[in-house]
Amino acid sequence: MLTYVIRRILATIPVMAIVALFVFSLLYIAPGDPAAVIAGDQATPDDVARIRASLGLDRPFLIRFGEWSWQILHGDLGTSIFTNLPVAAMIAQRIEPTLSLMAVTLAFAVVVAVPIGVVAAWQADTLVDRAIMAFAVLGFSVPVFVIGYVLAYVFALQLDWLPVQGYTPFADGVAPWIANLILPALALGSVYIALIARTTRAAMLEVLQQDYIRTARAKGIGPAGLLFVHALKNAAVPIVTVIGIGMALLIGGAVVTETVFAIPGIGRLTVDAILRRDYPVIQGVVLLFSFVYVIVNLAVDLTYTVLDPRIRY
Amino acid sequence: MNPPPVIAATTADAFITAKALDRVTAAPDLPDLLRPVAPRRGLIGFARRHPAIAVGGALVLAMLLIAVFAPFLGTVDPTALAPARRTREPSAAFWFGTDMLGRDIYSRVLYGARVSLTVGFSVAVLASVAGLTIGLVSGFMRWADGIVMRVMDGLMSIPPILLAVALMALTRGSVGNVITAITIAEIPRVSRLVRSVVLSLREQPFVDAAVAAGTRTPMIILRHILPNTLGPMTVQATYVCASAMIVEAILSFIGAGTPPTVPSWGNIMAEGRALWQVKPYIVFFPAAFLSVTVLAVNLLGDGLRDALDPRMAKRL
Repeated sequence: MLTYVIRRILATIPVMAIVALFVFSLLYIAPGDPAAVIAGDQATPDDVARIRASLGLDRPFLIRFGEWSWQILHGDLGTSIFTNLPVAAMIAQRIEPTLSLMAVTLAFAVVVAVPIGVVAAWQADTLVDRAIMAFAVLGFSVPVFVIGYVLAYVFALQLDWLPVQGYTPFADGVAPWIANLILPALALGSVYIALIARTTRAAMLEVLQQDYIRTARAKGIGPAGLLFVHALKNAAVPIVTVIGIGMALLIGGAVVTETVFAIPGIGRLTVDAILRRDYPVIQGVVLLFSFVYVIVNLAVDLTYTVLDPRIRY
Repeated sequence: MNPPPVIAATTADAFITAKALDRVTAAPDLPDLLRPVAPRRGLIGFARRHPAIAVGGALVLAMLLIAVFAPFLGTVDPTALAPARRTREPSAAFWFGTDMLGRDIYSRVLYGARVSLTVGFSVAVLASVAGLTIGLVSGFMRWADGIVMRVMDGLMSIPPILLAVALMALTRGSVGNVITAITIAEIPRVSRLVRSVVLSLREQPFVDAAVAAGTRTPMIILRHILPNTLGPMTVQATYVCASAMIVEAILSFIGAGTPPTVPSWGNIMAEGRALWQVKPYIVFFPAAFLSVTVLAVNLLGDGLRDALDPRMAKRL
């Protein structure tokens, strides 16, 4: 068991190395001259040369990659071209709203999606099931920002129940903090809910066919106990897996949701960086989120043995 | 009940058939207890058997027609500026209103269908071809598999939207570059799927038979493996298409997609962003078109999955 955990943790190192190598080589494999693109159309040749030097494009690839990796290992994500501030500090400044948004969305999505999926499997092939699955297809199809605008229009502009845009730090009180996050979390969570609900339904359908479920039913256990205690426990592994994989949707969607709801987080930082062609910031954000994603999926892998003691390594 | 017509090939056959017919006609007609099975032929029959394919396909076709015939559907130049009539509400003259530069939103949305569908279909085709190649190679060349799949693991660890954003930040905004960026972000998922299908096909008896018959590996891949990957591949391609259209809209919406001069749905929404609280229709119309199109492609994918792979349909 312990050897498995250690092996699994060590196995993420090459993955992270490949991520780093790929993110770094984007500068080199991009067609055309990235320095000229970043400098913009009005740039003088001097500007382009300065940016090329600051990106290290004037030195050999391998040497530059070695230096860069060394910096990354020390928590240095480079320096912004536009503000000349360290990228790591810029991200740290803006991490709270993004973390809040993702945590609230994750909690909300799991709390909603898992019961929905369980009910859909229990009522398989009935009207209830069809309706839930139709909503899931809708959740996959309507983009995050469309849902965001519709929610903001109905619940903030028309009904005036919740704030339209903005963010209140957690330190200023829990009520205003959560009030500002409800609509963004609903919008961001829609795809995620659809994904988790579909997987939960599929996993539950498989489990519900098994003999022990019939035995439990024969013993007189009610539907709630049967579904949520006996069946869900054994359907947990694929559900937890998809929650981990779906984090990619959550991360990508956060960038857009923050734009719609004017939340000053990392997504907003990324969008500003795109407008200013501030590549080091974009690179830092991509790298950070990719590492977070790898670690989340490592954590998911490690929970398997807890969820299902039959899984041994 | 009339006996079915039989075409006799030889005289002996004709004799036997005639004898058989005698007997059939001699038996008394049974009362029709069961209603005769109406054969479901033609378009309507197909639509009843596969409602998702029919509805999704019809909507995708409608969108394709809109994209192709955009110039003939009462549109004007989607890039024509008219500062005199900015932000007009939807009316008889301007069905979807005008934006803050006075451009006709109806025309822009219809022309936007071209961008969205071009990106969706191109990415689906390119990612499928690349994914098929990589998946087949790593499914058959076992020494390459380890390396290729580690690289794919790494690529898959980068959230696709962020990967596309990073690529777009380094290139000039153009439809071609958007297609390339989204394709690169989609390839790992497709190649993983192809690889898993290839690995399970390799164990099939018909592949063993082909090997035993002395078929060379390239021929086995081409004749026995490739055709069997096309079913799951087609389903995956529709999902890739739907996801590519969403990613394109997101990229354009946050300013990392097609250049602002191109009327794409994401761009129209990006331009309406500042005004959406007072002029929500600028955002609403492209949003509706985008959602309906993606929904149609997803429905088509679900329908194809149910039709092509009934086992998988049960599981998801």
